[in-house]
Amino acid sequence: METTKKLIRKKSLEKLYAALSMSRKVYAPVVADDNRVEYKYNPEFSAITFDHIQSTLSVKNLVFPKVENLIYFTNHKTESSVTEVDVSRIPEVVLWGAHPCDAAAYDVLRSIFCWDTKDQFFSKRLEKLTVIGLACHQSDDYCFCTSVGLAPDSAKGSDILLSRLKSGDYQAEILTEKGNAVAGLSPGLFEAMPDEGVLTADVKARFDYREVTKKLTGAFKHPFWVANSLRCIGCGACAYVCPTCACFDIQDETRGLNGRRYRSWDSCGFGLFTLHTSGHNPREVQSQRWRQRIMHKFSYMPDRNESLGCVGCGRCSRGCPVDMNIAEQLTALQTI
Amino acid sequence: MNSLIARAKELLENKSVQVIIGYEAGSNGIARPAFISDPKDAEKLIYDDRCIQNLALYLTKHEVKHFGKMGIVAALPVMRSIMMLISEQQVFAENIVVLGISSDGSLLDMADIGVMKGYIGKADLGNPAKDEELIARLNKLTPAEKFEYWQNELSKCIKCYACRQSCPMCYCTRCSVECNQPQWIPVQSNTHGNMEWHILRAMHLAGRCISCGECGRACPVNIPCHLLTMHLADQVHHHFKVHAGTSDKMSSVLSTFDPSDKESFII
Repeated sequence: METTKKLIRKKSLEKLYAALSMSRKVYAPVVADDNRVEYKYNPEFSAITFDHIQSTLSVKNLVFPKVENLIYFTNHKTESSVTEVDVSRIPEVVLWGAHPCDAAAYDVLRSIFCWDTKDQFFSKRLEKLTVIGLACHQSDDYCFCTSVGLAPDSAKGSDILLSRLKSGDYQAEILTEKGNAVAGLSPGLFEAMPDEGVLTADVKARFDYREVTKKLTGAFKHPFWVANSLRCIGCGACAYVCPTCACFDIQDETRGLNGRRYRSWDSCGFGLFTLHTSGHNPREVQSQRWRQRIMHKFSYMPDRNESLGCVGCGRCSRGCPVDMNIAEQLTALQTI
Repeated sequence: MNSLIARAKELLENKSVQVIIGYEAGSNGIARPAFISDPKDAEKLIYDDRCIQNLALYLTKHEVKHFGKMGIVAALPVMRSIMMLISEQQVFAENIVVLGISSDGSLLDMADIGVMKGYIGKADLGNPAKDEELIARLNKLTPAEKFEYWQNELSKCIKCYACRQSCPMCYCTRCSVECNQPQWIPVQSNTHGNMEWHILRAMHLAGRCISCGECGRACPVNIPCHLLTMHLADQVHHHFKVHAGTSDKMSSVLSTFDPSDKESFII
């Protein structure tokens, strides 16, 4: 579809939000009591932030929730009966104000969840999701989208992309049919776009991801991994705040004769992650797990999924208790 | 700082230790743990107000132990953790050299564990003022309000286990939450499962926690989970007159029977 650029005034955004909230769940960023930014369903418009640099958690939960029920079962004497989860009941959701890194992350997740078998839960959630992106007009030292092939104003993954103008109003770029449908709810709010430049954050490129990918091919046994991961404590903070980490665990939970099977987030940083029933663990120590994290995102994924497993949001580095700064490590990896 | 660097260099040069666990300047103006094995790198060591992580955690980490004898930069919380780890036989005094740091940031001469014990004995073991303030505020709430507060806080938990992984006393190689046949607590992250995890964690640390607050600092979503263990540490002190990490021969109060223990809970 041909994309169009329109002007939407700050006060019209409130009307658009009200129109959307009437018919759909809208997931938007607000500032929490402790000053962290978190996304909430249908907050008051006045509480929504348009100035945040990054939320603590990503918005991958909209397509890959912390916990996803897969089946329900009842155990009988010699057999079990199974009830499938009805994915058609997954509701329409509008993600409001996602930064370009987060919007682009859905494509990365798709390359994992729909690699061969199309994951029905993920696919249905993504199908029901409309993304209203918000280009970044500011950034911090942890942002590195420009090093991984994106930009503070990338339109990838957004259905509508809002960009701030000097006047405080917004340019709305309508990019897809889904975006068109949202704009169609209140067509009167979208005006002709004047010839005015948008505000865009200046994120300096720190490394070239293609160089990193090339270097990683021969780096499996390099001393870099041990030297740069001694401080890693092996928690899952990086993976859980990451918009593209997709590993999950599957568990059965029963109460009496009834139970359910669900999947929940998991992390390759955990020692248990690769522990075999035999007791053997192919990734025995933390350096091997840290190497896996980098290798998976920057070598295996470009190789097998034809997509990079990182969008440069910097959350893993902001959230790490011991400063395992990934952009710093990738920059260093370029020259090993 | 210069005396710390000089001491670290000396220990590495005369091969008294194979690695120094300390702090270095990290990215974006923060400090982070450093592992110095080459005397030339001792210059990287720093010590200032930003150096608050409890480094005792690394004394039980496989790849760090692999270096051999370890020197460790230790302010009071790290010293107390070392005492607990020695008491629980996870660390052996002869395998470590402590580079003590006083409350004003100067290097202390810690010739042996006895000297460290003496130093801890004279130190102020109180909780940081801002934690005391919050604990006092929570103590004023009714049980229902307290429950609501924690329900609210713990609903944010994503079960990344940064609280567990950052704790020097959570050194088990296989945590009970990792057993799923049967499950001890729900593996998934929901409010109920999160509460069970944090209560279990706090109980496992009661009488062992030295109130460094590392778990709360490590939490990516700012849950003040350290208040749970800190409060239990205060309760242990109140009932048993014991501060964890003040001796290298501590027995855990909650797993040791003493004929003089209070039995007021038995009707």
